[in-house]
Amino acid sequence: MTKVLVVDDSNSIRDMVSFTLKSAGYETAEAKDGQDGLNKAKSAAFDLVISDVNMPNMDGIELCQELRKLPNFKFTPILMLTTESSGDMKMRGKAAGATGWLVKPFNPEKLLATIKRVVR
Amino acid sequence: MSVDLSQFIPSFLEESFEGLELMESSLLNLEQGDDETINSIFRAAHSIKGGAGTFGFNGVTEFTHLVETLLDEMRDGRRSIEQNDVEILLESVDCMRLLIEAIRDETECDSNKINETSILLEHTLAFDDNATSDTDTNTNVDENSANDTADALSKWQITFIPEHHLVQTGNDPLFLFNALADLGELILVANCKELPALNDIDAEELYLSWQLTLSTKASETDIREVFEWVEDECQLTVTKEETTDKVASEESEAMVETSNEPIINEPVNSKPEPQISSAIAADKNSSIPVPEKAAANKAKNDLGSIRVGVDKVDSLINLVGELVITQSMLSELGNDFDLSKVEKLNSGLEELLQNTKELQESVMRIRMLPISFAFNRFPRLVHDLSKKTGKEIELVLKGEQTELDKTVMEQIGDPLVHLVRNAVDHGIEPAEARIAAGKSQKGTITLNAYHQGGSIVIEINDDGGGINRQAVFDKALEKGIVDENTTLTDTQVFDLIFEPGFSTAKELSDISGRGVGMDVVKKNIQSLGGRIQVESEPGVGSTFRVNLPLTLAILDGQLVRVGSEIYIIPLITIVESLQPQKDLINRVSGDMVLYRLREDNVPVIPIYSLFNIASEFKDVESSLLVVVEDDGQKIGLMVDDLLAQQQVVIKSLNDNYQQVEGISGATILGDGSVAMILDISGIISMAHKKSEMVQKHKNNMQFKATQQISEGASF
Repeated sequence: MTKVLVVDDSNSIRDMVSFTLKSAGYETAEAKDGQDGLNKAKSAAFDLVISDVNMPNMDGIELCQELRKLPNFKFTPILMLTTESSGDMKMRGKAAGATGWLVKPFNPEKLLATIKRVVR
Repeated sequence: MSVDLSQFIPSFLEESFEGLELMESSLLNLEQGDDETINSIFRAAHSIKGGAGTFGFNGVTEFTHLVETLLDEMRDGRRSIEQNDVEILLESVDCMRLLIEAIRDETECDSNKINETSILLEHTLAFDDNATSDTDTNTNVDENSANDTADALSKWQITFIPEHHLVQTGNDPLFLFNALADLGELILVANCKELPALNDIDAEELYLSWQLTLSTKASETDIREVFEWVEDECQLTVTKEETTDKVASEESEAMVETSNEPIINEPVNSKPEPQISSAIAADKNSSIPVPEKAAANKAKNDLGSIRVGVDKVDSLINLVGELVITQSMLSELGNDFDLSKVEKLNSGLEELLQNTKELQESVMRIRMLPISFAFNRFPRLVHDLSKKTGKEIELVLKGEQTELDKTVMEQIGDPLVHLVRNAVDHGIEPAEARIAAGKSQKGTITLNAYHQGGSIVIEINDDGGGINRQAVFDKALEKGIVDENTTLTDTQVFDLIFEPGFSTAKELSDISGRGVGMDVVKKNIQSLGGRIQVESEPGVGSTFRVNLPLTLAILDGQLVRVGSEIYIIPLITIVESLQPQKDLINRVSGDMVLYRLREDNVPVIPIYSLFNIASEFKDVESSLLVVVEDDGQKIGLMVDDLLAQQQVVIKSLNDNYQQVEGISGATILGDGSVAMILDISGIISMAHKKSEMVQKHKNNMQFKATQQISEGASF
């Protein structure tokens, strides 16, 4: 089963992403910020990480950089969930090793359609 | 597939309100260069905007976008933090709250205020308009073009030459091709020209490139969107073949044969009927239509929820576990019981008692919230009031972590607001007066909460001029509450401000003179089973002290017996219990009995006659007296016997039977019988109705009693 790590500081967004993924048959784990996400990533394997950018403690960009340092996450797709679709944001994500980005407002159908580009 | 997210709306709303509170309190503490605070404000706004967008609450999204833009500029250091901007942001928080409340209550909100504030925001932003909403226009353009040409089946030639490090970003061409295959029929040809010799291959690099042929109804934008995440790491050309289907397919086969070293030639998951992919469907309405009816039901059924820390739930589970162990131990004991095991039984029961007590405490703890929930609104309130009155005021909050029952918390909010308004308006003097009195120009209001015994104490203290004793007395005289010759202690004078219709303000201000007087505050607090006291010292300030029970669900009670009935007297109301001495009993006309308790004459109320039941003793001398006090008035309840003190769970009499005068509720005792909980203030008012008639015949009463009657009559 495809396992997805959902990292967002907003409870409701996290719940919604998780719910959407589960309803499409993915398995999910949730983390409330970058640090929490990194800890969870170290203790389990994931096929995909979806992370918010703006978070307390550790933001999404830093999480991405840290994950890429882990052997297990060298090739794992990491998608940034962002409202900022500007080029600057994408470049920062890319530079940190992000695979792609999902533009908010969060839309479940679109989420499911787009993550097919990176996971089974 | 469609995913219904409306079930997440309540949690979004709850989260938004929390976010707004955080924004508000952070804004009030915002200082120049405080990056962490401004970041957290930004994050809160950002989350609200994101969530609102998801549910299609466009009003909130649009408005919050402006707020967020302003915050973003502050965060980036493009804009310095001016007091003016902070005021606008505070206004904006109010607007967002209005908008979100309107969603919750499914009503329209005051659009004037929203419009005004958004114009203000736009105006502020326009001063320094760098990069506001270009991203929005971008996405709109994309969406438009995406919807343009999704008609005829056409054939596309796609050349995809990824850079070698592509896979290191987590992208995998195979998935991209799968996504393309969802759009239509895909034929792909891999090119391995670049593939080095085996020895030179770096396993983490990608050396292949592909030539793809796609027959699809989708537009170029849709195709390019699949490559959205890799466009910077590849060379990509997408060209449309202007041929008919038949020719195109022949050509593509030909191309496969002529292409350079074709080693892979397979259609990937091609679907016979290319459907419009869900991605496009989603694009057409980028927000999810929320089923309004479902949302409506949800909002109406919402009885309020509590967020409980995991630790509290864990401790509950732990306790239940222990309870189960004790239970199984006891039932085992019961299977094969003889007298030798009495000691074991006792220790088991002891343990059960302990477990139950802890369980009860834990469950109560779930309803407990830190009082900061009620305190949080005050920084903003004081900030606004101090602006309005021109008084400089500092608000100090203490004991914010003190926990209080949720219901009590909800109901104490308004009285506290009134007391704080009052402190600002009447307590703190204008700056000139303060300086003249040798005090610092800045006034201080302190809110403090702490636990004391089984109750919580909330203090509202100001370092203002104190209550003008003479002004209060004169006013009371004018209102006919007291007469000229009475002498009152300070406390008694200060208590007068809780009389209905009492206001010492020379002119009504719109801050605290709203027609809701201190009497309402007092009534609200009393209805929660609490009380309020004032202390004041001229020139030093005043302190309002509110005493509240920690919870409304459980009560510490004194069990008393009258005849064969058992009643419960709330422990908090009991002054003392005593055996009456004959020489202190005064019979006045009628069947009224007064008991002399030090300087007070306490009316004696025989419970047996109150409720018309049989009792063991009919005379005061052989009964016991429980002296109770409510609202400064004492009465003696005549009972046959005092039993144990215990905590009782309050059951509503209204829900199970009907309202009964003098009874506030019922509880179930250990033996399963039902006992009534006495409503002391109700009994006092019943007693005064009765004694009033008696008093008519008696003129030589001292003031104290007269006052009691007049107060009693106002119930």
